[in-house]
Amino acid sequence: MIRRLDETSPSDYLEIGLRSGLEIHQQLDTEKKLFCRCPVLPYRDDYDAQVLRHMRPTLSELGEYDGTALMEFKTRKNIIYQINKNTICTYEIDDTPPFELNRQALEFGLEITMLLNCKLVSEIHVQRKQYLDGSIPAGFQRTTILGVDGWIPFGDRRINIIQLGLEEDACREVSDRGHLRVYLTDRLGIPLIETVTAPEMRTPHEVAQVARILSNLARASGKVRRGIGAARQDVNVSVEGGRRVEIKGVSRIPEIPLLVHNEAFRQVSLLEIKAELGRRGIGDTDFSHKVLDQTGELAGTSYPPAASALKQGHRLRSVLLRGYSGLLSVPTQPGKTFADEISDRVRVIACLDTLPNIVHDGGGGESFSGAEWEILKRNASFRPEDALVVVWGSPEDLETAVGEIAIRAREAIDGVINETRQSLPDGTNGFERILPGPNRMYPDTDLPPIAIGNELIGRITSGLPERPWEREERYVTAGAAPESARQMSISPLRDLYDEALKVSDYSPGELMHFFLSTLSHLKKRIDVREVPGDVLLHVLSATGDSGLPLEAAAAVLRSVCIPGGINISDALKALEIPGDDEIRKMAGDLVREMDTETMGEGALARRLTGMIVEKSGFLAKGARVTEIVREFIPAGSEFAASSRNSRR
Amino acid sequence: MSSDRYKGYRGRSLDCLRKFDAGVWSDVEIRSSRGDFRGVILPRSETADDAHIVLKIHNGYNIGIDVDTVESITEFGRIEAHYKIPEKEFPFDPGKPNVKLFGTGGTIASRLDYRTGAVIPAFSPGELYGSVPELADICNLRTEKLYGVFSENMGPEQWKGTAEAIGREIENGVDGIVIGHGTDTMHHTAAILSFMVQDPPVPIVMVGSQRSSDRPSSDAALNLMNATYAAARSDIAEVMVCMFGPTSDQYGLLHRGTRVRKMHSSYRSTFRTIGDIPLAMVMKDEIRVLKDDHRKRRKDRTVTVNTAFDPRVSIVYYYPNMQPDIIDSLIDNGYRGIVIAGTGLGHVNKPLYPALKRAFDQGVHVYMTVQTLWGYVQMFVYDTGRDMMDLGVIPASNMLPEVAYMKLCWALGQTMDREEVRRIMCTPVAGEITEREPHNGYMILQGGIPEVEEFISRYNR
Repeated sequence: MIRRLDETSPSDYLEIGLRSGLEIHQQLDTEKKLFCRCPVLPYRDDYDAQVLRHMRPTLSELGEYDGTALMEFKTRKNIIYQINKNTICTYEIDDTPPFELNRQALEFGLEITMLLNCKLVSEIHVQRKQYLDGSIPAGFQRTTILGVDGWIPFGDRRINIIQLGLEEDACREVSDRGHLRVYLTDRLGIPLIETVTAPEMRTPHEVAQVARILSNLARASGKVRRGIGAARQDVNVSVEGGRRVEIKGVSRIPEIPLLVHNEAFRQVSLLEIKAELGRRGIGDTDFSHKVLDQTGELAGTSYPPAASALKQGHRLRSVLLRGYSGLLSVPTQPGKTFADEISDRVRVIACLDTLPNIVHDGGGGESFSGAEWEILKRNASFRPEDALVVVWGSPEDLETAVGEIAIRAREAIDGVINETRQSLPDGTNGFERILPGPNRMYPDTDLPPIAIGNELIGRITSGLPERPWEREERYVTAGAAPESARQMSISPLRDLYDEALKVSDYSPGELMHFFLSTLSHLKKRIDVREVPGDVLLHVLSATGDSGLPLEAAAAVLRSVCIPGGINISDALKALEIPGDDEIRKMAGDLVREMDTETMGEGALARRLTGMIVEKSGFLAKGARVTEIVREFIPAGSEFAASSRNSRR
Repeated sequence: MSSDRYKGYRGRSLDCLRKFDAGVWSDVEIRSSRGDFRGVILPRSETADDAHIVLKIHNGYNIGIDVDTVESITEFGRIEAHYKIPEKEFPFDPGKPNVKLFGTGGTIASRLDYRTGAVIPAFSPGELYGSVPELADICNLRTEKLYGVFSENMGPEQWKGTAEAIGREIENGVDGIVIGHGTDTMHHTAAILSFMVQDPPVPIVMVGSQRSSDRPSSDAALNLMNATYAAARSDIAEVMVCMFGPTSDQYGLLHRGTRVRKMHSSYRSTFRTIGDIPLAMVMKDEIRVLKDDHRKRRKDRTVTVNTAFDPRVSIVYYYPNMQPDIIDSLIDNGYRGIVIAGTGLGHVNKPLYPALKRAFDQGVHVYMTVQTLWGYVQMFVYDTGRDMMDLGVIPASNMLPEVAYMKLCWALGQTMDREEVRRIMCTPVAGEITEREPHNGYMILQGGIPEVEEFISRYNR
């Protein structure tokens, strides 16, 4: 069963037992990388050299091979790393042992750990987390836990934080075709924090909301890097009876709800297939399949994908799945069926990545001819209750492929498999690898443990910034509107705002409006990126002391901050605040010069007010100006009529 | 209770574990002033402090807990790790060559040691087959652990023992020999084995790894495959070192045992042939010979093993302002041979002359090599060189300093006769002295230069 996001209510998710959690990765804004002294520079696609590596699985310290590791080994990939000499030294390509862990990154990470109310570890142990996909040249990521068991508030409940880790970033994938995967190394080794929440979100929208809160929290610390690729989310999803599936690499929070939704119903669909297999009496021990080479029989096929493969000397095999009739056509995601789950495995693990890479007897669309299917079925001893999958490729890849087809089909008996899946632009997801377990963790023998002493904790605690939700509550208590309070609590200007409250006489409400709205308009108007904080505070303090409106502050800032602007005291002296008589004079002059025929009453008042406020250097108070200009607009008459017209 | 229960713990952390009756592999909840932590207690590195307990938490991460914060520990059970490389019996195929792998230690096959946090050697044919099954496609493999030492701890006893073991295996009819060795002193061992084992009829290939085999990107597996392939199939019957050519996983190089040197503290492609080109490249299913002056594989089983060795030899790495007391102290301490790594063409300063003369007079054998590594000693060019030869210092041609050291130990093990030692030293045995240096024997590409940048952008090196 699949359905649309906008047709699904929170109670529907409750019914299917949706549970979702997040793993948020954010790069820390350090000058250098985590384990070497390479600078952190903007991403770039050019490179000076390439290195080739292969990955082999190794044992964990508990003596187990990790399932993901074995899967990646089956892919037999050549992995190429593109290296730019400005950002990569011999450490990142694993030709030099790590240098001491970056203390700046450690302190930044600890600060965020504390903001998340986590319990801090006393001693950090750098571990090696295996990644056999090649995304790290060493084959493992150096990672460490800074804290566990934290929480953030969420509405009237709490979302628990399982852990916060500090680790080095991995490579960016450039391409992955056949047995060749290419990576760019520009972000490799950049320190990042990984925040893992408990699977406590119950709807797709809650997941996005929590992602936003965590993102805001990290930004509030001022210690994380901004910009494209600096923050990435992995989303964990399961439904009742299903299993945890991790959707990787979600770069934008607004994409989250649809991804979570589609994954939830993919699991529901897989559970339906499981139930159907149960009804058919197919359990794990009853699973039966038969692989048959049918290259000779299909030598003359005109089905293009198979024909071109056979022309290259590739071979073709059928995999008979006993009792699976119709199941491969069951929809699992919008535009996808269970056959795509099988096709994905063949693509990723057997590296047969020219699609379509399989066809099946119930597939529809372009495929083998009816006569060819008859031959295929007859040779395979096909019965109506069976399904038949056909795959083609080089002999080595084909061997892996038929194995994977059987494995994936058999897994359907078990329902949902722990997988890492890739987020796709249309909100669906595709197989990436088997979800790794704790068996991929090794102690890093290259680095000693680092004690996190009370002195360090004390120092970081004393400089800990206010959490956004604490700040928001403070603003609301002080009388701010909830939405403004929320915006101000995560604004980069929040500290300046607090300071301005202290040094000026303006009310919290009007000052908040000034910071959230007036200031950005002003910056846009005079085309400057930043108004220096000290200038801002000085001006607000001076205009407030003089009993001037905030417009006066804006006017002064405008004269000061434009290129070649004057100094603050001159700008203050030059302020000329128009009285009512002056406003009347300006209004009278403007009305005479304007073509008022075509304008409505309200529009005219707004227009006049705007012009006068601007003419007065923004010193005339808008509300007062509007009152005065209305004296110049004849009530009723054609203005009012045209005003109605314009509103139509 | 066995000490294993507290593996690596001592002092305060040991007291803490004892107090709460918990130990290594206990599945516990620890209540502490920083919060409660659930996990399995792991052994602690013996070099780490006594203030923390190491806990593996549910997700596989290890964390340390300060014993001063611990309020209580509750044990729920025990989860012991059994670290074992899956062992499978190495298949035998009568159609494949027989290769013997000797283990001396090092990281070619290794696993983690929790107490030291270090990597310890471990290997058997079954373990090797379990982790590098490709070996069975190459040969029938038997293994024998000769020693389990890190390469810096290799010494005369191990060198002699290894040479004798090689001799025995050759007589037993093996088709090739691989020696697993730590990389730090692999070239020292390669040099002495080149002298001790002369005219072998089969390849003797030394191999190691720069990244231990407990990591996915390790060079160990490929090095082992390359070395085994070279031992089983190559036609080069010499003592060689087989290690990565480039840092990329592409091909191995076979270096002559007397011309090879470790040139980088950590790079995979650390071994380089100095003053010549490597003997061959080893690729999957192919050996591309680069030099055809090598000794060829033979069918006979004759080999000369001469394990003579006198350890009373030292290398003096000369530096400006060196004082003669350095030489004097060697003489006074009974050293019989000195290999100088001199500057340039083979020079030391004048203040050393009297000490060198004294060495000669006391029967110490002094040989000159160059610390530039590349190039020949040439003591005729400058007066200083001629003066030194007058003092009895003998130029050692283009022998590498470590190789000259090993050869002098070997020569002095055979005789103290000045002329006989000189004859042994100056007569090439295994390519340690070459008549000519090919123009491409000295090749240190300088990064940054456009043509070099072009080269490295074109090839995966």
